[in-house]
Amino acid sequence: MSTTSTPPDRDRAAEPSAPPSGGRRGRRGRGAGRFLAGLLFLGPGLTYLIVLLMIPLALVFSYTVFQRGRFGGVVYEATGENFTRLLDPLYLDVLLSSLKLAAIATAVALLVGYPTAYMIAMLPRRWKTIALVAVVLPFWTNFLVRIYAWIVLLSGPGLVNTALIDLGLIDEPLELLYNEGTIVVGLVYSYLPLMVLPLYAAIEKLDPTLREASANLGARPARTFLSVTLPLTVPAVLTGCLFVFVPSFGNFIVPELLGGGHSAMVGNLIRDQFLTARDWPFGATLALALVAMLVVLLLAQAWTARRYSRA
Amino acid sequence: MRRPPLLHVPFWLTYLFLYAPIAVLAFMSLNAGESPYTFEGFSLKWYGELAGNDKIQEGLVNTLVVALGTTVLATVLGTLLAVGMARYTRSRVLDAIGLLPAILPDLVLAIGLLVLYSAVNMTLGLHSVLLAHVVFAMAFVAAVVRTRLTHADTSLEEASRDLGANALTTFVRITLPQLAPGIAAGALLAFTLSVDEFVIAFFTAAPTEPTLPVVIYSMVRFGVTPEINALATLLLAVSFTVVIAAQRMTRLTESLS
Repeated sequence: MSTTSTPPDRDRAAEPSAPPSGGRRGRRGRGAGRFLAGLLFLGPGLTYLIVLLMIPLALVFSYTVFQRGRFGGVVYEATGENFTRLLDPLYLDVLLSSLKLAAIATAVALLVGYPTAYMIAMLPRRWKTIALVAVVLPFWTNFLVRIYAWIVLLSGPGLVNTALIDLGLIDEPLELLYNEGTIVVGLVYSYLPLMVLPLYAAIEKLDPTLREASANLGARPARTFLSVTLPLTVPAVLTGCLFVFVPSFGNFIVPELLGGGHSAMVGNLIRDQFLTARDWPFGATLALALVAMLVVLLLAQAWTARRYSRA
Repeated sequence: MRRPPLLHVPFWLTYLFLYAPIAVLAFMSLNAGESPYTFEGFSLKWYGELAGNDKIQEGLVNTLVVALGTTVLATVLGTLLAVGMARYTRSRVLDAIGLLPAILPDLVLAIGLLVLYSAVNMTLGLHSVLLAHVVFAMAFVAAVVRTRLTHADTSLEEASRDLGANALTTFVRITLPQLAPGIAAGALLAFTLSVDEFVIAFFTAAPTEPTLPVVIYSMVRFGVTPEINALATLLLAVSFTVVIAAQRMTRLTESLS
């Protein structure tokens, strides 16, 4: 056994195609070379991520136990006050209402996204790609612009109201903007592609003979869907739900622009703590609560997915 | 396979839902009238107005500086990271760290960077936005390049090494050319992501040097104008073009699902 330190050994073990007892340069030289090469490739990116991702997160989360300074800033005296403040009904309500709005948006996205993904998976090959790209395309455009488009549509003198008045359905313009319903529409609009993609991938991979077998055994299409297709796509449903829920939960632009500007969701609250109230420790605590909830969801999703793949 | 006829309804409604707001916006940007809501005939005058708006011009220049810098840095770092992760390690922890910026809510990343910058007393400016954008853009480049890597033929790399080439030569002569389309697609994505990014720029840009999305945000907060309609339409057109180009270079949708 060579006397090199653990990383090159592990690297070599992880490379199944490595020749069993060394090439021209012998085992040890190759292992050290591989280690250096790995360092060369991984080093810059990982260093960057440690300095500009891991350290910032560690800083934010360490702020949760400190106090705010009188003029903003942080006083490094330990306190548990930030966490007790989280339970203040004022903030708890915002957390719960964000949870509710993100959950409704996720459910709507699933109801809209599933049939769409199913339909795309059934299309002929050529149309499949086009349909899929057409779903993803809006997701890559400017987020603000997409939300702004809804203001143009829904505002008082906007197109929807004008159309309804012209049709004689209403006399006065409806207040379509600035309520929770509009926030949900905005969230679904923003993240629907993230629901459709994993669902499509799963439905596309399904073995069609399973459905045929179910039909041949006399099951109606609805029965086949509920007993065969849906159970087999549960992991993808969970992935899609997670992809929609996570960015919805932390969003502050949609509630601000479509929801009327008050602190409707936890994202607005965090933004305010950092930029207006300048209470960074409490803002950090809110952010920690947000991340903690998301981590719990991620773990639950991974756990369920593993159970399903084993079954 | 049979397509259930009932599914046609939600299918087409989804596309209507996705594209109607955008289509209305683009149509209204061609309005000759002053109102952003009532259409009074076609004209390109609002696009002309854009050219004379100093704030928008400044924002655009700032955005392009940041986006180009981000693209270069994120493409180099992301490609190296992807090769390293695919060929030199099987650490799941590294995988998780590489993906983290793509999963983490942008707001959390934004406050984290703001806290870091203030902890080291760094003045905010375009450089602070650039450094921040590289964090998540790198993760996307790495993801796209990795997909390409898993499809690449490893026997060529093995042959190169067996013939005595070192890791660097193998990378430059064999791996890189195979990855070129993936890298180009990743670079395009990094560029669009940076151009469109708002939340992180909002927290890490200096008030005197806002990027275009930050300028748009301050305009949108004061209501709808035909000028924003025109600007929004232009941005949509640019993103659509870039993403379709990236899609043609690699099978983008595959790497995302």
